[in-house]
Amino acid sequence: MSLVTHRASNRPVTRETSLPGGVHRLSPLPRLRGPGLLQRWQERAIQATLFLAAASSIAITLGIVGILGFESLAFFKQVSLFTFLTDTQWTPLFDDAHYGIMPLVAGTATVAAVALCLALPVGTITAIYLSEYAPHRVREVVKPFLELLTAVPTVVYGYFALLFVTPLLRHFIPSLPGFNMLSAGLVIGVMIIPYVSSLSEDAMRAVPMHLREASYAMGATRFQTSTRVVFPAALSGVAAAYVLGFSRAIGETMVVAIAAGMQPHLTFNPMEPAATITAYIVQVSLGDLPHGSLGYQTIFAAGLTLMLMTLVFNIGGHVLRKRFREKY
Amino acid sequence: MVETLNVSPDVLAGAAVKARVQDLSFYYGTHRVLKNITLSVAEKKVTALIGPSGCGKTTLLRCFNRMHDLYPGNRYDGGGIRLLPENTNILGADVDPIEVRMRISMVFQKANPFPKTVFENVAYGLRVRGDLKKSDINERVEQALRGAALWDEVKDRLHSLGANLSGGQQQRLCIARALVTDPEIILFDEPTSALDPIATGKVEELVAELKTRVTILIVTHNMQQAARVSDFTGFMYIGELAEFDRTEKIFTNPSNKLTEDYITGRFG
Repeated sequence: MSLVTHRASNRPVTRETSLPGGVHRLSPLPRLRGPGLLQRWQERAIQATLFLAAASSIAITLGIVGILGFESLAFFKQVSLFTFLTDTQWTPLFDDAHYGIMPLVAGTATVAAVALCLALPVGTITAIYLSEYAPHRVREVVKPFLELLTAVPTVVYGYFALLFVTPLLRHFIPSLPGFNMLSAGLVIGVMIIPYVSSLSEDAMRAVPMHLREASYAMGATRFQTSTRVVFPAALSGVAAAYVLGFSRAIGETMVVAIAAGMQPHLTFNPMEPAATITAYIVQVSLGDLPHGSLGYQTIFAAGLTLMLMTLVFNIGGHVLRKRFREKY
Repeated sequence: MVETLNVSPDVLAGAAVKARVQDLSFYYGTHRVLKNITLSVAEKKVTALIGPSGCGKTTLLRCFNRMHDLYPGNRYDGGGIRLLPENTNILGADVDPIEVRMRISMVFQKANPFPKTVFENVAYGLRVRGDLKKSDINERVEQALRGAALWDEVKDRLHSLGANLSGGQQQRLCIARALVTDPEIILFDEPTSALDPIATGKVEELVAELKTRVTILIVTHNMQQAARVSDFTGFMYIGELAEFDRTEKIFTNPSNKLTEDYITGRFG
């Protein structure tokens, strides 16, 4: 290696160094031709196209954030941030208008919590089963069915919550109102199970076999291997699955709009009706509020809040992912 | 067909027998990878298995802790492996592979520490049994790390990740992990093939030291290694045990032409 650098530094490249002992010198290697002009432009054009495609996603995101920020700014000129965060009522369309986002945040958080209480355990257990226990054939059948759950339109889930799950729950909880966050949350939970289980399963299956073998070789059972070696080793991928599940849960609109009721209501009790941020946005954007009115601008402020919530959790997930990224 | 020599009774030269492989065949699906292997493993000695790639030496090794049970389509056939003194066939359908693995542990080709701390890596074998007090675990982990000549290097970072150790240290960590449960046999599957010469030397020293306490079966590609560390050597060729004898005899005066050709580097 050192010979080559030495040679390259002070002499033209030859096939063989000439030695004082009389080994004759070979002619220098032919000069290599660089790419032609056309080829060089082609490369640049390809690179530029690829760059633009990648940049467009950033531009679109920034554009959305910009518009959200701009319209929200107009909103916050009339309603102080303090009122927005502390008022306990959200009635922007009433004569006695209140602009407290907390009832919507509470509704969103409650529905998401119910959904995650169902989806995370069931999704994780399903993933462990599919990755560590299921024979090949069972996995080949179960996985597509699970993924089919994501293909069901969310409006169908919404009516399913309202017309099937709520009546069912009322058998057990007679006082349950017709619109409630519990059934909406449970149905959203079912909806996001495949996201959680599919990504978690991928992460667990990516754990190299030699780690499992090491565990079995120490006399561990399959369950011990799954829970003490495979699951911790896959934790960063599993955390990513959870974050995606969470984002889906708080961003879900149709189910809550249909089944959870539309009245903003500051409560964390899932047995009550309430509106979520998304439900409010869909309600207002379908209405006939004049463009530029304060009522119209509330949906941007609400949208910004939702985006910030998701962002915080995505950042949290990112930190978790880095923290638990395992070397194996 | 390779000429299979019968193992003469004096090969083990008076050493006690720890395990007896009897007429063992093994199939991956329909492919017969081991053909009628018969071999005795001497207690508290090092037995090496050598042979060209694909000869079945690792397959034979992995029969000893029933690693093959983890994958579908594998099948053992023949007389099995009898573990002494009880004389139980550890490949028997009535024997729980987990119990076999609790008594016969393994060190793999590539160091494969768990994504856990140094301490937890070693303690794993105790934790999965789950019947020890904390103080006992601490003591046995320390003993195992000392046994693997790693204690002095890691005693100040028992709670940092095992993966942060150097390659050689990781392999000794895996040896400590295998030692902690006080196994009767340790299987080494080419334990130094990914290590540099210095780390290799340390592992070889360790193997020589360990044999005062435990029976060792080692698969190696490196014939010098087999010559250095083992007391007995089996030469395998295309699924058969072509020759089995004292290491000294195999490397100085092999009876089988194939063995001679292999150890003199004519093929393999």
